[in-house]
Formats: sequence, C-alpha cells, structure tokens
Amino acid sequence: MHIVDRRLNPGGKNLANRQRFMRRAKSQIRKAVHESTASGSIKDADDGGEVVLPAQGVHEPQFRRSSHGGFRDHLLPGNKEYVPGDTIPRPRGGGGDGGSEGSPDGEGEDDFRFALSRDEFVDLFLEDLELPDLAKRKVASTEAVSWQRAGYSVTGSPSNLALNRTVRNSLARRIALKRPKPEELEALRAEIAALDEVDERRPELEAELARKLRRTGLIPYIDPLDVRYKRFDAIPKPVAQAVMFCLMDVSGSMTEHMKDLAKRFYILLYIFLKRRYKNVEVVFIRHTHEASEVDEETFFNSPETGGTVVSTALEEMAKVVAERYDPDSWNIYAAQASDGDNTASDNERTAALLTKNILPISQYYAYLEVGRDAEHFPPGFIRRDSDLWQTYSALIKAGAPMAMRKVGHRRDIYPVFRELFAKKTSAEAEA
Amino acid sequence: MSVSTESDRLLFKGADWDFNTIQRINDAVEEIALNELGLNVYQNQIEVISTEQMLDAYSSIGMPLFYKHWSFGKHFARNEAMYRTGMQGLAYEIVINSNPCISYIMEENTATMQTLVIAHAAYGHNHFFKNNYVFKQWTDADGIIDYLEFARDFVMKCEEQHGAEEVERLLDAAHALMNHGIHKYPRRRATDLRTEEKRELERREHDERVFNDLWRTVPGKDNGRHDPTALERRRALLELPQENILYFLEKSAPLLLPWQRELLRIVRIIAQYFYPQTQTKVMNEGCATYVHYQIMNRLHDKGLISEGALMEFLRSHTNVVFQPDFDDPRYSGFNPYALGFAMMKDIERICHEPTAEDREWFPDISGCGDHMAVLRDVWANYRDESFILQYLSPRLIRHFGLFRVTDDAEDPHLKVAAIHDERGYRDIRRALARHYDPAYFTPDIQVVDVNLAGDRKLMVQHRAMNRILLEEKDARLVLQHIADLWGYDVAMAEIDPADDTVLKDHKARARPGIVPLETA
Repeated sequence: MHIVDRRLNPGGKNLANRQRFMRRAKSQIRKAVHESTASGSIKDADDGGEVVLPAQGVHEPQFRRSSHGGFRDHLLPGNKEYVPGDTIPRPRGGGGDGGSEGSPDGEGEDDFRFALSRDEFVDLFLEDLELPDLAKRKVASTEAVSWQRAGYSVTGSPSNLALNRTVRNSLARRIALKRPKPEELEALRAEIAALDEVDERRPELEAELARKLRRTGLIPYIDPLDVRYKRFDAIPKPVAQAVMFCLMDVSGSMTEHMKDLAKRFYILLYIFLKRRYKNVEVVFIRHTHEASEVDEETFFNSPETGGTVVSTALEEMAKVVAERYDPDSWNIYAAQASDGDNTASDNERTAALLTKNILPISQYYAYLEVGRDAEHFPPGFIRRDSDLWQTYSALIKAGAPMAMRKVGHRRDIYPVFRELFAKKTSAEAEA
Repeated sequence: MSVSTESDRLLFKGADWDFNTIQRINDAVEEIALNELGLNVYQNQIEVISTEQMLDAYSSIGMPLFYKHWSFGKHFARNEAMYRTGMQGLAYEIVINSNPCISYIMEENTATMQTLVIAHAAYGHNHFFKNNYVFKQWTDADGIIDYLEFARDFVMKCEEQHGAEEVERLLDAAHALMNHGIHKYPRRRATDLRTEEKRELERREHDERVFNDLWRTVPGKDNGRHDPTALERRRALLELPQENILYFLEKSAPLLLPWQRELLRIVRIIAQYFYPQTQTKVMNEGCATYVHYQIMNRLHDKGLISEGALMEFLRSHTNVVFQPDFDDPRYSGFNPYALGFAMMKDIERICHEPTAEDREWFPDISGCGDHMAVLRDVWANYRDESFILQYLSPRLIRHFGLFRVTDDAEDPHLKVAAIHDERGYRDIRRALARHYDPAYFTPDIQVVDVNLAGDRKLMVQHRAMNRILLEEKDARLVLQHIADLWGYDVAMAEIDPADDTVLKDHKARARPGIVPLETA
C-alpha cells in the first residue's frame, strides 16, 4: 500500500473551471453584484460577498421524466396503517410524494447561491472603468526606477560579483585545461615520502611532481576570464501612491441626504483608487465660509453653520498639497461635493484658483452636485443652474480637465460614477 | 521479554494520527479483510487531502484529473457555498475505480474515522470494483487514469487550436446527452479477416456435406431472396434504431469535424465508465458498509481499537445507515447504505439462523453456514435490480414496512397496491427491483430514422413508459443540442409504447455555431 500526502499539492485546482463559470455567467453575476450593492451599503462592496443567480442561466438540461401525469408507482418505507386497497388523497404539488422518482443526480433547480471573493467582486463592480487618460500620461513619465536582475555581465562592481557563476566557469576551465587537483599532488608527495632514498622510481615521480606543480602555477585557480557580475536593468516604476481629496460644503443648506450621496460617491472613488494604487491616502476638507482639514467622522457627521465660500476649500487643498503631497511623487485626485451654492462674489476667485493652482497638479477633478430627490420638486419646476455649475461649465468649455455631474438619488450614484470613469472609446478621447 | 498489556495492542490512542498510524491501521485492516473475509482487492493507494481538495474532487465527479469545463466550476461554487454555510457536510472519503485503487481520505478525520474509511473504501469498495461483473464488463480500471489524462490534454489542445468557446459549445451539447451516450449491451465485435475466412470455409464444407442435387428440382419462390425495403437498408446502414445518441452522432452526424467527433467520444467513454456505478449503488454501498462493519468489530474483538473508538464508529455508522420513514420530513427516497447494509446482514442471518420462512424463500443458501462465500458470490454476480429481485427477504420487507402506492394521473386518489404481507411480498420485491433498473429510471430515447433522400431530418423517439412524458423545457433544450450537432432539423415524437400512438411532438432547427450550416 502507498500513502501519498496530497495536501502539499498546490491548491486552486479548480480555478480554471471557476473562471470559465464566471465568464459564462458574467452578465448575470454582474447584474446580481449591482443589485446587491444597490440594496446594501456600498462599503460592503469592498468585502466581496454572496450573490444569488437565477438557475436557468447556468442550467444544464437533460432529458428528464416529467413529474406530472401518466401512471407511476412509488415504493415507500414505514407503513403503519395502510392495507391494500386504501386510497390516499393526492398530496398537493403533483403526484410525487417524494417517491423513488427524482432527478438521478439529485440536484435541485433552485436559484444558485455562491460566494464571490473580494477581488472577483470588486473586479466586476469596477469592470470597464478606467483612470482618465491624463493619469496614464503622468504614469508614463515617472522618474522612479527599480532594479531588476537581467542575466550576467563580464564587467561590474565587486559587490555584484556572481560567485556561483564565476566558480562554475573556473571549474570548467580547470577541468578542460587539466589543472592538477590538490589531492593528486598530495598523493604524489605522500608516495614520494614513502619511498626509500634510493628507490629507482623516485626520480621519475619527482619529475612528475615538478611538472604538475609548474602546470598548477601556469593555470590559475580563478582567471579574470571566469569572473562574472550580476547584471541589473533599470525598470521605470510608476508612482504607486495616490492621495484623494474629498471637498465638501457642510453649510446649513446641505441636508443629511446630500451628505449621504456625497459619502457614497467618495467611497466608490476610494475603492476604485485602491484598485490602482498600492497606497491611497484620503484627505477630508470641509468648508463653510472657511475651510479646514478634518477627520472622517467630523467630516460626515458634525454639523456646521455659516456661509458658503468654495475658494477657501481650494486654498486649503493647495496648502495641504504644498505641505505634504509633492505632486511629483503623488497622484492627486479631488472630488468636490456641494449643493451648488456659492457666494456670488467668490465664483471668479474659485475659477481662478482651480485653473491656476489645483487643476495643473491634479490627475482628475470631479465635481458632484448633489440635489434633493427629484420627486421633491413640484412638477413643472425648472431649476436654474447653480452658481458653481455655471462657473464650472465655463471652465470645462474652455477645456479644463475636469468633470461634473448632478446626482439626486442614491440609485444614481453608481451610474454617474461609471459615467465619469467609463473607458473612453478612441473617438471620444480625441474629441 | 516484555509483557504486552491491553493498551499496548491498540492501533492508536485518541483522535490524532500520523502516517505511521495509517500504515498500522491499514496492515491490521488488510489482515482481517484478506484472511478472514477473503476479499480480493486491487493494490491500495491512500491519499490524504485537505477540505479544499475534497471540494475540488467533488466537482470533477471524484476523479483526480479532468478536463476543464464551466459546469465543474459551477458545482464547485455550489458545493463550496453549501459547505461554508453549513448546509452540507463533506464526504469522509472518495474512492476511484482504478488500479491501483485510489482512496482519498480527509485530513480532518479522526483516527477512528480513518480506520472506518480505509475499511470502507480501500477494502469494501475496492473488492466490489475488482470483482463485480458489471464493472469487469464495462470499465477498464487499469487504463482510466491514463485515459482521463489523454482527455484533459486533448480538450486543452482543442481549446488552443479552435478556441475555448467552440470547445465549450460542443461540450455543453455533449454533456446534455451524457445519459444517452451509453451502450447498455455489449456490442458485437467486428470479426477479423482470419475468423471470417474460417467461418466461410466451414460454411462451404457444410454446404458440400449436405449437398443434394435433388433440392434443385424442388419448386420454390420465384426470386427466392427477400428484397429489403429502403427503410430496412437505411436502418442497417446507420445501425438504427440506436439508443446511444452520442455514439450515433459521433459516427453519423454529417458535418462534424474530426476533433469534434473525438470530443463526443471522450464524453461518451467517460459516461460509459460511470454507467456501472449507477446500477450498483445499493450493492456497492452495501458491500462497503458491511465490510467496514465487520472489520471494525473484529478490530475491537482483537483488542486493537478501544471502546471509545468503537462508540465513535457506531455513532457514525448508525447515521450512515439511517432510513427515515416516508412521512418523516427527512425522507428523500431510499438510502442505499441502509438498504444495502440491511440486505447483507440479512443474508448473513439466513446463512446461520434461518427461519422456516427463509428456508422456503431461499432454499439454496439458508443454513449453509458460510455467509462470506455467499456474499462474495452475490457481490460478483449481481447488480442492484437482480440482487433485490433475488435476495430481498420478507423479513426485511416487514422490517422496513414497505408498501407500494400507485398513482394514475386520471384518478383523483392514490391507491395502496401492496403492503408488507403474505400477498404483497413478491409484488413489492418486484416493484422495488424495477426502481433500480436503469432501463426504468432513464427515459427510453432512440434515434429511429433519418430522411437521407430529402432534408436529412433526424427522427428521435421517446417511448414514454406509463405515459410519463419528458419535462418539456429541458427536452426542448436538449433537442436543440442534438440539432446543433446533427446540423439539420430534428423531430422527436413521444409515443405510448402500448399502442404506438403519438402523445407529443417536438421539433428543433439547427443553429449555426457548432457546425457550419448549409444555406438552402
């Protein structure tokens, strides 16, 4: 008998099958993922989770007997009261009261429930989304390099000496040129020492020893020819860290509903950036008529009163960037959420700050205008575009690299987010 | 000399085990299995695997290697979800009908469970695989692993060459027909030239021996030979009617490419390999359960396992052979372990302590005294259907309280046809045996004709036993697969075998995809 320990075999033997299955059921899984995020909190989206698929999409059909009609007989265990000729009312749900009939493999046709790993989940969630072109240009021109092994070279610094390779070369050369081995010399010497002074073989052996010693001297143990150095190539390394600025108006006009919308948007952006960058930092800046950097808890929850001056937030952001996040080594993303109000006199200053200070250092600037639920407006009510919207529209028309959208309901967040980051077709990109 | 105390003889103490323990357990079990029970087994190979690997094995029908297909990923995902949510436990073992016989045992099992599993799989199932006639006739234990390896590589090569989607589409269709890719009877082998020649020679010699010129003068029919009709000729040519649909398509579908035919063949051969398992479930499990029960008790008798281990074993054994009554919410058909084990134990009883009833029902084995010889003979020469038909005793029918209920869709009520009494025994035994007959539980579907002269339409027929039709939605999908493989239209008639009336018609039109369609 053999005992084999298979536990050490690499796991995930079924990965290929799983991928095929995922591909097969992709559209359904995607739908299930989006539904599960619409109902649950978006934060859970980062943990993966269970999705339920309708059975028919991944159904494997077979010729099966119908469970209705015809004549059939059942053999059942556990008779207690029946005698031949008794009649039993037909159980509801057809003829089969769970008799020996049934599908041969015993598999039901219920909806199909299974767990996605976190990666699979987020992959599907963010499928087809891409960082804007701007970011890619930036990545291509990064300065940082990493060193990667790339074979051997005959020149190099002593610290990069490839010892194994050098000795291997030397060994090969010594064997090829028949350099006498130390053991051989030793044996020869011992033999000579063992002989009498007058033995006739002595001169012969001594001559051989002398010849071998000369040969040893001629053929070096390590020749410069043998020496090899490890070679390294410089691989340019993209900047793998990003900072995300969340700017939000927290003045009295921002309701809880609006803050919730903004929060959801920020979380999506966070998950998305996290996919692309190893290290993502988040900076929260809230503003009324003055701005300050705060922690997350305060940012979303503590109420504040005051007017609305957007430019203060932009100033604060520029200040934080200057202090902590060098644009050369950080990818900077900013997302601003506001109900669109701004003090009229501040619009010009905001536009100027954006174009001069913020946009040049940012990879991407997104403006999200959160509004009330559309249902709350009386029919026929036409909203005037807000101050900020008008200001920013002018900037975008002038070709500033930023994007903006309006969101009124929680269900719109995800589509809007997708719209902002959807893969651009080449035509669009050129436009 | 040291005196061996009681506890020194134990194979293991506590739940922990290592590879030496497994070796010791195997040696002790082997001793009992071969010398006391007289089993004849393939060489054993025991493989220790983890939970995840067990799930892996589950999804590829228990085989150690298999080609890739999304449906296995689906089964894996389903099993994994069920296992993680605690809705379903995992099997303690999986055993493969190969030579050497591979048994997978899980690392989580306790030492007692490993003993049980080795006795059950590595000796019980192993003996059954090696000796039962259905397995001998239909499966090639020596070659199966090599064949699976070939299949896996071939599928992989096809995917590289023709694209994964092409292969997937074909495998989907083939899998849908897997249950109809089986030869149920051994086919006539094509005779080689030498045998043919010999037979021809014998025939001529016979003619010469019995030659009598007088026969020439006897008046006979005008042209003597019967002229076969077109239908008969076609049927002979295409080997129709053919119940092995995959075989028919592999050999006769006009548009399939060679690699597609080979894939159909792979699916068909694997289906054929598993065919014996479906018709010997009760016996196979009964044999393995009986063997592990005997071995565990013998180990305890010999003082090789402790009382605690015996208790642990009995608890697990009782769970395995539990048969809930029909009105129990846990009831989901017959438990093959329960039925099989009860029948094996019953045969043992009949051999040693027969009652008058047993002497009447089983005159040739009752009181014979050597139950292992009887059981070994049973395990070698029966399958579920014939085994139950032959060996289900009145005593067991009473024990299980079996009764037969008939259900005619035209009747508002179900009727109790027979119960466990004098008049019902034979009726119940016959009915139960039929439930294990593969011809009864898989629908009888055959290719009956092809319109060779015209539109090449393929005719398929379902002989609807007891007027039970096919599940319509599934039937439509599978028929579509047949049409896709065939490349032309397919029609299926469901007929009542009693009077050949057509109960229902299905049609399917070939879609492009698997084979290039001719545009009319």
